[in-house]
Formats: sequence, C-alpha cells, structure tokens
Amino acid sequence: MCKVESENITFECETGNYHTFCPISCVAWLYQKIEDSFFLVIGTKTCGYFLQNALGVMIFAEPRYAMAELEEPDISAQLNDYKELKRLCLQIKQDRNPSVIIWIGTCTTEIIKMDLEGMAPRLESEIDIPIVVARANGLDYAFTQGEDTVLAALVHRCPEMKQKTRNDFKGDSSADQRQNSIISVFSPKKHSKKECVVESHPPLVLFGSLPSTVTTQLTLELEKQGVHVSGWLPAQRYADLPVLNEEVYVCGVNPFLSRTATTLMRRRKCKLIGTPFPIGPDGTRAWIEKICSVFNIVPTGLEERENKIWEGLHDYLQLVKGKSVFFMGDNLLEVSLARFLMRCGMVVYEIGIPYMDKRFQAAELSLLEKTCKEVNSPMPRIIEKPDNYNQIQRIRELQPDLAITGMAHANPLEARGVSTKWSVEFTFAQIHGFTNARDILELVTRPLRRNQSLESLEWTKLVKSL
Amino acid sequence: MKLAYWMYAGPAHIGTLRVASSFKNVHAIMHAPLGDDYFNVMRSMLERERDFTPVTASIVDRHVLARGSQEKVVENITRKDKQEKPDLIILTPTCTSSILQEDLQNFVNRAASESKSDVILADVNHYRVNELQAADRTLEQIIRFYLKKAQKSGTLDCTKTEKPSANILGIFTLGFHNQHDSRELKRLLNDLGIQINQIIPEGGSILNLHNLVKAWLNLVPYREIGLITANYLKKEFNMPYVSITPMGVVDTAECIREIDVILKNNNYTSNVNFEQYIDHQTRFVSQAAWFSRSIDCQNLTGKKAVVFGDATHAASMTKILAREMGIRVSCAGTYCKHDADWFREQVQGFCDQVLITDDHTQVGDMIAQIEPSAIFGTQMERHIGKRLDIPCGVISAPVHIQNFPLGYRPFLGYEGTNQIADLVYNSFTLGMEDHLLEIFGGHDTKQVITKSLSTDSDLNWAPDGLAELNKIPGFVRGKIKRNTEKFAREKNINEITVEVMYAAKEAVET
Repeated sequence: MCKVESENITFECETGNYHTFCPISCVAWLYQKIEDSFFLVIGTKTCGYFLQNALGVMIFAEPRYAMAELEEPDISAQLNDYKELKRLCLQIKQDRNPSVIIWIGTCTTEIIKMDLEGMAPRLESEIDIPIVVARANGLDYAFTQGEDTVLAALVHRCPEMKQKTRNDFKGDSSADQRQNSIISVFSPKKHSKKECVVESHPPLVLFGSLPSTVTTQLTLELEKQGVHVSGWLPAQRYADLPVLNEEVYVCGVNPFLSRTATTLMRRRKCKLIGTPFPIGPDGTRAWIEKICSVFNIVPTGLEERENKIWEGLHDYLQLVKGKSVFFMGDNLLEVSLARFLMRCGMVVYEIGIPYMDKRFQAAELSLLEKTCKEVNSPMPRIIEKPDNYNQIQRIRELQPDLAITGMAHANPLEARGVSTKWSVEFTFAQIHGFTNARDILELVTRPLRRNQSLESLEWTKLVKSL
Repeated sequence: MKLAYWMYAGPAHIGTLRVASSFKNVHAIMHAPLGDDYFNVMRSMLERERDFTPVTASIVDRHVLARGSQEKVVENITRKDKQEKPDLIILTPTCTSSILQEDLQNFVNRAASESKSDVILADVNHYRVNELQAADRTLEQIIRFYLKKAQKSGTLDCTKTEKPSANILGIFTLGFHNQHDSRELKRLLNDLGIQINQIIPEGGSILNLHNLVKAWLNLVPYREIGLITANYLKKEFNMPYVSITPMGVVDTAECIREIDVILKNNNYTSNVNFEQYIDHQTRFVSQAAWFSRSIDCQNLTGKKAVVFGDATHAASMTKILAREMGIRVSCAGTYCKHDADWFREQVQGFCDQVLITDDHTQVGDMIAQIEPSAIFGTQMERHIGKRLDIPCGVISAPVHIQNFPLGYRPFLGYEGTNQIADLVYNSFTLGMEDHLLEIFGGHDTKQVITKSLSTDSDLNWAPDGLAELNKIPGFVRGKIKRNTEKFAREKNINEITVEVMYAAKEAVET
C-alpha cells in the first residue's frame, strides 16, 4: 500500500542537519499528563541546560522531573551506576513518593552503555516503586519521538487481563493498591455503564498523550457514534493504565507514535486501526469513520458535524486561502497539519519531517494524496531528515507566505521578511478533534493577522544585506 | 551522580559557542547529537538576533556511534567553508563527543588543509569546566592562534598607537547587559581621552586580531571572561591590564585611577584631569552619590539584603549595597566555585556571611532563613523571592528574555550607577508597599469574584460539566464559563453538560 503512495507523493531524504528539540523534552508534557509519575533524566549538564531553558517557567513550579547529572567519575566508571541511581531514586521516593519513576536514557547513557533496562527491575524490587526505562536520546530520535519511546515502554506495564489484575490487587497488601480496588467497588454506576457498552464491540484503547480536556472531547465524539473507549495510554494516573491483550483494538491520535504502535501489535497482539490522525475536522472525521468501520458501525451525522465546523472556521479560511506554507520539519505533525491546511485552501510547498514511518502514517498519507486531488493542488514534496541550510535557500527562492519552523530560524526569517510560526506551539496547543480545529488556525493565522495589522508600515525587511 | 533540575552555569560548549558567535564571520560546528543545537534558539530568542546563528551541528547518530565520524566532520567543515566562507571555523566538542574520544584534532588538521578558512578545535573539557570557564579559555585560544600566526608570518606589528588606546576584553553575546555595558565603557574611555582599539569578541573581526597588541592597555570588565586572555597578552606582549569592574561609584573611580597609573607609567600626561573627572561624574553626572545621601536611601539604612550571582556582579553589588547605600548584606554568594577565593576576598567586610554554591536549593534555604527585605540575584532567586514574597532585583546571568531590554540599561560606568540605584530602590519600595498593603488589608479584596453575566441563576451545571470546567486553567475559566452560559441561554439549554461546553466552544462567536 505504501508503495503505491510513494509513486505519487515524492519522498526525499537530505542530510539530517536540521534543528529540532531533543526528545527528552517529552518529560515536559508527560510529567503533567501522568500525575503520579516522576521523570528522572539520566544525562549530563547539556541535557539539563536544554530542559531548563526550553521549559522556562515550568522549572520553577517544583516539577516532577529532575536530572541525574552524570559527572566525570560516573563516565569513567569510578562510581557504581547502580548504587548512584539507587541513592537518587530513594531520595525521590522520600521527597515525592511517586507511583512510578520513569528513567529517561540519554545520549551519554547510550554511549557509555549504562544498562538501564538491566538495573531497573533490580532496583524496582529493592525500593518498591515501578521503574520504567525509555531511551529518548538525540542519537536515535527527534523531539516528539521522545513520547513514543516512553509510551512504548509503558505498554509493557499495562495489565493484560482485567480479571487477573483485580485478583492481584486483592492478594496484594500494599495500601494504595487496596485503595484502588475500594474505589472501584464504590463506583458501581460507572462500571455497569461500561460493561453494557463493552458488549457491543471489542475494547478500544487510544494511545497518545493529550491534555485531559482533549481526551474527554475525543472520547465523547466516539461515544456519540456508539463507540466506547475503554482506556487511554497514557492514563491520567500510572495505576490506571489500560488493559491490553489480543482482543483489544488500538488507535493512535498522533503521527509520531509508530514505535508504540509496533509494540502494541507485537508485544500485546493488539489490533491496530490505521487511520489519519484527528487533527483538523477532515482528519477527525476520517479518524472516527475508520474506527466505526472497523466495528461495523455506520456513523451518523458526521458529515453535517464536519461541515458545521468548517462553517465556523469561515473567517480564518478567508485569511489563509491561497496562501503558501513551508514546513521546515521538526515534530512529525507536519503531514497531518499540511493535509489540513491544504483542505483549508493553502498551498503547501514542502513538508519537512524528521522521520517518516510510511506504514504507520499510511492512512494519513493517502488522505493527503486524496486531499491534493480534491483541492486540485500539486503534490507537495516530503523531505525526510531535512537540511536546514538547503531549506533556507529554498525558502529564499519560493518566498512562502508562511514558514512553519523552529525557534532557531524564526527571528532571522522574520527579519528577512518571511512570516513564520513556531512549530513547537503545535505540540503544546490543543489541536485534536472537531472542537480544536479553530485553535490550529488561530496559530496559523497569527502571523498573517499580525501582518495585516502592521500592513501600513513599510519595515518588513530588517537586515542590512538584502 | 547529582540530583538536579537547575543549574547556574551552562555546559562548556555553550561558552565556546558564545565566543564563536560573538565574533564576526566565525562559524562553529558542534560535534553533537540531534537536538544539542539549542544554543541557536537561545541566541535567536533571548538576544532577538536577526541573523542566523553561525552554529551548525555535525550530527552524531547511531552510525557515528558504530563506525566513528569518519568523513562526516571533515565534510561538514569543508561544506560550511564553501557555503558561508567564514574566516574561522571552530569545531566544538560536546559532552557526547568528548566521551566518544574520536581524534577530532585529526579531523581539524585534515579539514584545515582543504578549506580556505582557518579551522581550530576548541580545547575544553566538558566534565571539568563550565560555560564561563570554557568561554574564557576559548577566547584566549583564538587570540593566541591569530597572534602566533601573525608572528610566524612576520606581520605582527607591536608599535603602540600614537594616542593612548585600550582593548575591551570580554563583551559577549548572551552576556548579562553586555551590549549596554560596552556602550557605556566606550563612552567612559572616550571621556578620558582614550581610544578604543578593539572590543573583543562582540562584533570583532578575526582578521584584525593582530592589531590587538597596538593598544596601550586591556580593560577586562568582567571577572569571568577575558582574564586568561589579558594574562596571556601581558606575559607575551607586556600589555598591562585593568581588571577592576567599573560597577558602582567607588569601583568605577578605582578602575579609572588604575588606567591613569598605566598611562603615567607610559609617560603620558593626559589633558583630562582624571581626579577632576571622577569628582565631577560622581557628584553631578551620576545620581547615585546624591541618591545615597537622599532621604529615600536613608530609609534603606540597615535593611537586610541577600546577594547572589556570578562572581563579578555579586561582588560588585555587595560592595555597592554595603559601602554606597548603607544596606546590610546578610549574605553574599556566588556560583562561580572556581573563583571562590577571589570572591571571599572581595566581599570581606561587606557582608555577614559568604555562600559559595551552585545548588539553588541551598540558596533558597538560605534566603528563607534570613528573610531579607530584598534579594539581588539571578532569575532563580527572583523565583525564590516570588515564592517567599520577597522582591528581587536581577543582577546577573542566568537570565530570561526580560534581561535583554531594548532600552539602554548598562550596569557599568556612571550611567550604570544610576541604573543600579533605580533597581535597588524599586526593589525595596515594592517590598515596602507590599508590606503596608498587607498590614492595611490591601487595595481591594484578594479573591477575584468571577463576574457572571446573569444575576439570576437559571442555569444548571451538570456534575460532569462542572468537573470539566474545573480542569480548565484558572485564568481562562471565568471566560469559558461566561461563554458557555451565554451559549446555553441562547439555545435554551438549562443544564450545562460537557457536551454543551464543547458545543459552545465550537460556536464561533467567542
């Protein structure tokens, strides 16, 4: 299937000299998502400096993450890794008492071959807190792929059977787990509701970390079609990780989760529903339709719903129509966003992307292709591992109306008269589902609206040598 | 291993990159994994830099791990040489590359033979030096490289300029108010009849470095960066230097007097009377001396303050507060552990205790214990102050974007004394006002009551709707609540559920 597509869309690969965030940045949103977690990034000053500067204000809010900063004796193995980690994890346990500690392996642990996966189970039993290991390093991954590695690691911690886990709880004497089972006893209403729905179709688990308001929206959206979501990976709390086994259908909400998808299929035998991602009303509709079709449900009122959303976007669509956009590529959301923006009437010159999993993104790619045909627009080039230097030459030639780019290039491009939007904002803003389509356009049109309000002033190019 | 989530000084390569990108037409290539080029973001965002930061990465990925960088680094250097035609390319090791132990010097040698630009390897050890030390070293390394080169080719001309002149060493990109300080120092030297020979590295050109030695003296305004270079120039070329930071009225005068001594040693009698100049500036141009006699400052007498920052700024600030304003510095501290002795000596007699640490929790604990009326520190202390309700003036890096003001805000020289007086005074009065408000119960009631559109509550929030509403961050909750209720009223909906909330959001009119 992917071969067919690649005949139509052109894929290119450049040098990989591009700017993106280090994947350890995923702790920024994941520690907030998983409320009872603690993220320990095992790395050097460089990692710490990045986190401290990239996450800015969050640092001062007593975050539930920290660096295990490796010093020279750690690198040269004068100190025992295991003992050092134990000391730090005990300190974390004492200060914060998290339900799970997630170790983030970095480039350095990779190079000195620190056996995190080997140490974690030992330490876990010693200090009695689950330790999950994710290797989110810059040697292998870019930016949002960090979340992918963490979620893939969490898959192994999801219970396999509902029944069995409950029995486990009864056998277990640990206090907070008992509390969990008590809570489930005291909320019978919720349960009965769940069970009656569950019978109509096999369990569905959605994966991808989204703010809880957005998970509610998407869950409700499916509920309207009679599709019940049995769980999310990740859940709000570590203890609430969803049940995963061969009966479970899984579906991703973000394009950068290919590793998680693979793990779900291979390790838990879950059935993956390959869909476009619920970004933009077109994507959301396609996402719901595909899920419904898998469960043999005929969706109702979706078309009207989508049209209604588009109507609501009318004012923004006027602004973006016919404008051109250039994605430099740094967070893997690019294909979905490009597809949405084409549907909005924009012309996409180039889709830069750090990594393209043609299998995981197959449905998204074919929707992109379909969109191209329907809006009668030329097929954009997809550039994997782009080269920022070359891209800037191309931006100079093409003079797009909007460049979606990282913060390293935004100000220099603006100074040269190219309007930009920081790509990072798409990662942190709420962009999923019907409800949030407006928020995407709010971001995309911001530089265009700024241009309108400053239109009468003539200083658009603010560098001397042009 | 150290448990940490905040650090005062960055990793070594940041220092090297700051030197490289301060010079004109110098390009740095980092030997680093993907994502380590965060420096570019900082420079572009904090300095609001209009030009592309001349830093690229030669990416270390899995393949490099398996087979070594091989041709990659050399290719990246030669490619950059062709693309940008820089005068100098600095290969910058990072923490990752330093444990890979590849022979980067060999790559540099090979690349140097193929490229038009000079190529050097920054000589810094990631695990032993921090950002500031690395910057200090790299600056010296570059200057040594070019002076040696000129010596070798016989083009080094050591004749001094006809009129007295000075180099200013240590003005940097991403330095705390460095741009403004640079302007102020230029003005100061100009007033004294001293020409500026070169300002290094900010805006300086590599091609002119051989002219450095023509200056009569070097001025090193900041303790952290530039001293190694100044010492090298003194040793090799017998150039005297002044390293007193001209911050505060007393030290600015000291700095000027030292310059005077150097000029006199060169048998030069200036037509500016230095003592007269100092006196005039102190009493009439700078407002700080007058401020310290004014009633305003009298009210600050004996108030407790805590000072923390890099060695230069923390030491100078401590002296200004204690010596020039009569404020009691309960504790002065620095994170420049490598320079602890100098710091202790500087602040001796001006504070009750000295704290040398790079652990921000220790600083926080100390502040909580002392409960000063004001803090003068870095961004971290500002946040500690926020938590403890103590005002804080930011006097040192690490900094945020707000410490890169567009307006003219030097810390050095006579205008600097004015800026500092304002900073100190504003920090304390704010604290005072706050305190009074607290005593008299404030301007208005503290709790902001959400203004609802309707007075009669005909609307019902269903439990799930209410729960959802509570998930929305506080600062927009009121607005969302109002909009939802407005929407519900229009649609004649009596009970607001989650669905209604999102339907309201989707209805365009927000």
